Amino acid sequence: MAVGKEIKNKIGSVENTQKITSAMQMVAASKMRRTQERMRHGRPYAEKIRQVIGHLANSNPEYKHTYMTEREVKRVGYLVVSSDRGLCGGLNVNLFRMLLKEIGETHANGLETDLGLLGNKAESFFRSVGGNILSSVRDVGENPVLADLVGGIKVMLDAFEQGKIDKLFIISNEFVNTMTQQPVIRQLLPLDAEPDDSYKHRWDYLYEPDAKELVEQLVTRFIESQVYQAVVENTACEQAAKMIAMKNATENAEKIIDELTLIYNNARQAAITQEIAEIVSGAAAV
Amino acid sequence: MAMTIHCDIVSAEEEIFSGRVTMISATGSLGELGIMPGHAPLLTGIRPGPVRLKMDDGEEEVFFASGGFLEVQPGVVTILADTAARAEDLDEAAAVEAQQAAEKMLQDHTGEVEFSAVAAQLAEAMAQQRTLAELKTRRR
Repeated sequence: MAVGKEIKNKIGSVENTQKITSAMQMVAASKMRRTQERMRHGRPYAEKIRQVIGHLANSNPEYKHTYMTEREVKRVGYLVVSSDRGLCGGLNVNLFRMLLKEIGETHANGLETDLGLLGNKAESFFRSVGGNILSSVRDVGENPVLADLVGGIKVMLDAFEQGKIDKLFIISNEFVNTMTQQPVIRQLLPLDAEPDDSYKHRWDYLYEPDAKELVEQLVTRFIESQVYQAVVENTACEQAAKMIAMKNATENAEKIIDELTLIYNNARQAAITQEIAEIVSGAAAV
Repeated sequence: MAMTIHCDIVSAEEEIFSGRVTMISATGSLGELGIMPGHAPLLTGIRPGPVRLKMDDGEEEVFFASGGFLEVQPGVVTILADTAARAEDLDEAAAVEAQQAAEKMLQDHTGEVEFSAVAAQLAEAMAQQRTLAELKTRRR
């Protein structure tokens, strides 16, 4: 029967799309578990090293690293952590929106901004929006390796050391739970210490072997671990967001199929009724 | 009850230990360290080797850390290890194998760049074995 052929085709194509989205949902769900595990395992280290750095910044060290000295701010750097791929709902868009607002405020204060990008999405976004991009790391992947990120981080750190930027922030998604991911901005440099009133006196560590060497290693380690943790957390966010987005897409496809089926059945019913009416009236005329 | 201090051991992969101890000994970059409650604030690198914790009840636990940092604060000792493991989890056969492989590479020695990396590997494998040996003597 020729009736509703187009509608039938349409239903077929929506069904195919639904198959793809539901497959992607399942893939994302299984990846999500792994990425979340990695995120959880890395958290204690990132937290502890942040505490140690906090202590260090609160002390009166004999060697003050460049990263620990506050200076007058003229340029601000942002390290942007994004995902490599799309189809993950508003994850990246929310992040960029927050960053653009932040950058707008910074510009309003008469300061310049520089960007260091991690992930493909950030690059394609800021290439079209514009912005002074210092570095860009593409293809971070689902299993981020620190070695791949180091280059991008180093560019920003060098810029800080050479005084090109006076503050460095990292902006990435924070994993609240599977349903919620939140973009957050945190200050990386200069190392900001939470004020701690427990020891008011001037104190300093004993250093072994040598303050300069040790602090340098520790600070580098700290930055690396913070960025790495942010990237790992972002991948967990990406998979969770992707799973939810694909789940919604699958459900929407289901709804569209239902509607189309209803329309198709109506049309078919109408065609049959019409045919019967034609036959009956034809018979009556004879 | 003996004086205790809180000790946290974390590695880049996971949290290894967190709890109160009466004494910590580890291999610092300048030699063996023994830390008891009331130690002055200290920041040091650590070398691959065993980390021994003495618990409140006299029990001793041995961990393996392959380098990293150790921080002493008035109330807390934090060990940030690059990789760490409970000594029980160490695999002796794997450690011996790693040592032999590293020694072999050293003999073949293929250029300056790799030399330091291999030497570090060797040191780590030997430190793992040291940890295991220590664990054994303690059990006997």
